[in-house]
Amino acid sequence: MNEIAPTHVTETAMPVCARNADGAPVADPGPDPALCARAPIGMLCELTHRCPLQCPYCSNPVELERVNAELTTEEWQDVMRQAASLGVLQIHLSGGEPTARKDLEDIVKVAAEVGLYTNLITAGVTLTRDRLAKLAEVGLDHVQLSVQDVDPDNADRIAAYKGGMAKKIQVAGWVRELGLPLTINCPIHRQNIHNVPRMIDFAVEMGAGRVEIAHVQYYAWALVNRAALMPTREAFMTAARQVEEARAKYKGIIVIDAIVPDYYAKFPKPCMGGWARGIVNITPSGRVLPCHAAESIKGLEFDNIKTRPLADIWLNGEAFQKYRGTSWMKEPCRSCPRKEIDYGGCRCQAFALTGDAANTDPACSLSPLHAQWQAVAEVESHSPNAPEFIYRRVGGAAKKPETHNAS
Amino acid sequence: MSETSEPRSMPTRLIVAGDTKLVLPRHIKLRHDPGRGRWIILAPERVFNPDDTAVEVLKRLDGQRSVSEIAEALSQEYQAPLEVVTEDILAMLQDLTDKGVLAKA
Repeated sequence: MNEIAPTHVTETAMPVCARNADGAPVADPGPDPALCARAPIGMLCELTHRCPLQCPYCSNPVELERVNAELTTEEWQDVMRQAASLGVLQIHLSGGEPTARKDLEDIVKVAAEVGLYTNLITAGVTLTRDRLAKLAEVGLDHVQLSVQDVDPDNADRIAAYKGGMAKKIQVAGWVRELGLPLTINCPIHRQNIHNVPRMIDFAVEMGAGRVEIAHVQYYAWALVNRAALMPTREAFMTAARQVEEARAKYKGIIVIDAIVPDYYAKFPKPCMGGWARGIVNITPSGRVLPCHAAESIKGLEFDNIKTRPLADIWLNGEAFQKYRGTSWMKEPCRSCPRKEIDYGGCRCQAFALTGDAANTDPACSLSPLHAQWQAVAEVESHSPNAPEFIYRRVGGAAKKPETHNAS
Repeated sequence: MSETSEPRSMPTRLIVAGDTKLVLPRHIKLRHDPGRGRWIILAPERVFNPDDTAVEVLKRLDGQRSVSEIAEALSQEYQAPLEVVTEDILAMLQDLTDKGVLAKA
């Protein structure tokens, strides 16, 4: 036994796109003798883009995939087997709303059998107790339940769905009754940021072991709705302080994970813990992506799981190789001492705002566009009236916003 | 929310002491990761990497043995001073308990 070590257990943060850039550990899968590149730790499975909610910050692409293009049960089950043999440890069953798939139990069953840690990311509004019990029985490990706000009327307005809150409270109760661990996920933005302390209290009250105060990340639908969603820097700072207070108050009772909006972060976030480094994403139709927003980068070619094995795509796929590591970098990233900490930030954001995904993410203070980019947040967040939401629905971004009181 | 949710007593922080008996809850999975040649703890949206010492302690958390009993066994097995071992593993177990990885038996 060693002398007292500061810690015997280190943590590999799941490299979600929005992991806090200020010092949170990035994924380090360590040496893998079986593969010449590192295997992903996590796999995000967008089982469907169907969803009863229409949240205006949805992380799905603006061009939603149709139901008739979705992978079959057998194809998803095969994905699970391939993922386990590649070295994936955790899978995140997401959407859209994953419970819209009637075969979710069949997919979870195979995932559990091959040893994957299964996480259901759900809005909960269409779940029944029987269905949840069946999922627990076949091996579901964890439920993450989204909450749009603690104020039921505001939550209904944000999601464009009536009566969501009562249903979510019921679902949270079932999750705990069935002995499953619960995370409450709260996407935070201008129109609910005043309720951050109440959302954390709510999560404790629901018996959650973990709560995510997840500031909206401005891609896809959230980028379309940025002016309606961006909080002011002052509101963000207040919320950050409230999170720290709650962490002290609830130490040992609930884990609070805060995801900051990179418009207000010090450094760009190491998107996905580094492109093609720790996580792989599969779309409803089987397209294999290094990040759920990667299709927004024009000119990148993506393979489909139906025509190429997962391990081959991960190791050799064009989209994965393109921005893996650091050799693709231009200045100022190339000579930056932080290049293996933040990996030049987010490729999708670099593409959306500069037209070249190999440029430095404007979230970085060394980007020539940084000042201009921050000014956008400053102006939009301080505009007295937030614009109407453009709701997430098929073809929604092409239409004029609905008449709806959004402020 | 209270009008629609069932009353629930406020949970409290578990303070780990010598006589505490701990377990890994059902949803926390300690296992060997053959691909990477190391032990891991799978938890909700987390992967922890325990070192050899931590693995030795965690494997003994059966809900029967107390922290003190485990410390004594490890102290003898590794011929290390009991005080040092106890202090070391108490700190580690408290940290993991606070992170929701361990629970009272």
